[in-house]
Amino acid sequence: MLLIPCPWCGARDEAEFHYGGQAHVAYPADPAALTDEEWARYLFFRDNPMGPFAERWNHTAGCRRWFTVTRDTMTNAITRETTR
Amino acid sequence: MTGPHANGPRTNGPRAMSDRLWNSPEPDAAYDVVIVGGGGHGIATAYYLAKNHGVTNVAVLEKGWLAGGNMARNTTIIRSNYLWDESAGIYEHALKLWEGLEDELGYDLLFSQRGVLNLAHSLQDVRDGVRRVNANRLNGVDAEWLDPEQVKEVCPIISIDPGTRYPVLGATYQPRGGIAKHDYVAWGYARAASALGVHFVEHCEVTGLEVSGGRVRAVETTRGRIAAGRVALSAAGHSSVVAGTAGVRLPVQSHTLQALVSELLEPVHPTVVMSNAVHVYVSQAHKGELVMGAGIDAANSYRRRGAFHIIERQMAAALELFPCFARAHVLRTWGGVVDVSPDASPIVGLTPVDGLYVNCGWGTGGFKATPGVGWCYAHTIATGEPHPLNAPFTLDRFTTGALVDEHGAAAVAH
Repeated sequence: MLLIPCPWCGARDEAEFHYGGQAHVAYPADPAALTDEEWARYLFFRDNPMGPFAERWNHTAGCRRWFTVTRDTMTNAITRETTR
Repeated sequence: MTGPHANGPRTNGPRAMSDRLWNSPEPDAAYDVVIVGGGGHGIATAYYLAKNHGVTNVAVLEKGWLAGGNMARNTTIIRSNYLWDESAGIYEHALKLWEGLEDELGYDLLFSQRGVLNLAHSLQDVRDGVRRVNANRLNGVDAEWLDPEQVKEVCPIISIDPGTRYPVLGATYQPRGGIAKHDYVAWGYARAASALGVHFVEHCEVTGLEVSGGRVRAVETTRGRIAAGRVALSAAGHSSVVAGTAGVRLPVQSHTLQALVSELLEPVHPTVVMSNAVHVYVSQAHKGELVMGAGIDAANSYRRRGAFHIIERQMAAALELFPCFARAHVLRTWGGVVDVSPDASPIVGLTPVDGLYVNCGWGTGGFKATPGVGWCYAHTIATGEPHPLNAPFTLDRFTTGALVDEHGAAAVAH
């Protein structure tokens, strides 16, 4: 089980959190202007690296706020957490 | 042995080829087809390339030992009771091949059609299950809807107590479903493919794909460069890493999927029971272990070790369904890395790079499809066009919107 550092509540067990996938995926500014391919890229394609990965977590059983963690998908080492 | 390369007695070990089920040679400098990944799908694809299409100058490159990834880690459940026509096509083709596979390969696979139950625990589950039974029947897939008493007849050890948190309200039942011995499946295919001239190169990790002029030319490996007319990816959880070296992005996410076995027990469990809602699926192996799978760990991961709370939840669900398991001991737990696609259906077909083919996105359920995907993927590689049965499972369906949404029938929530 991961020990996840919530920026507001501190380190808590993974069971208290909900996963949100890749971080920093912005909603397109003008979705109607996108081609089908661009829309597909936004909707379905995410990075899937072996190594450091910036990802979203929600502290559902705590403060219920979203934040971003950088975790290595090979080692689970968490190197960074930020409130955005 | 026939074919353009010498496939005779091996020199890299004390034992002659005749003592081994498959050859394990030093790789040649070039092959007509290189298959990346020596799991069940890669091995079966090599077999059908040689058997159905006469393509024998083929190497299967495996970074570890043959069939030591998810092929060694899955819970061996075989069924074809998916919802949509596209899925029924490829999974039912696989099941029909399973039914003749021991004769085809001349190898015992412990293939046992003991039936598969998919439980319903809510009114919505019941409606979805009945709908799926009807869809299955329209597609020629054997399926029945069972009420709780009928479920109990098929599997006497299951609790149908209506007072539990997730009561059994019924189940879909596919009598032709079942299990097989995963290792034997890999070994049987590898033995037959080897006899047809396919090379199995173990401990050979593909580190990059060489592309020029829009066409794949070679693979870079930990055992040197190997030129290839065509390259077929079949690397499960590591597909996006390998494809990425050719600039091909795949809409899959890698997760750890856990399973466990109990100590050896007397035969108590006559069928296969799966529950989508509580994330557990259970059968009893021939040897006597109860084999149980969990849902995926939530976060992306390339680790073959998952979180304990997933196992804990899975066991809680199993104990509610099977109170008699309470005194059984866990013998071993493990994990594998699975590649999950957005619509819980696989991606099998062409890529934007000429000569590069992809087979991925099977997520938590690729084992059952092994013969079917081998058959169809071999056709795709040999002819350069998808087989009609894998034609719906293109990479570009995520652009066209022609998804094959099997989240309801995939048994483990992705």
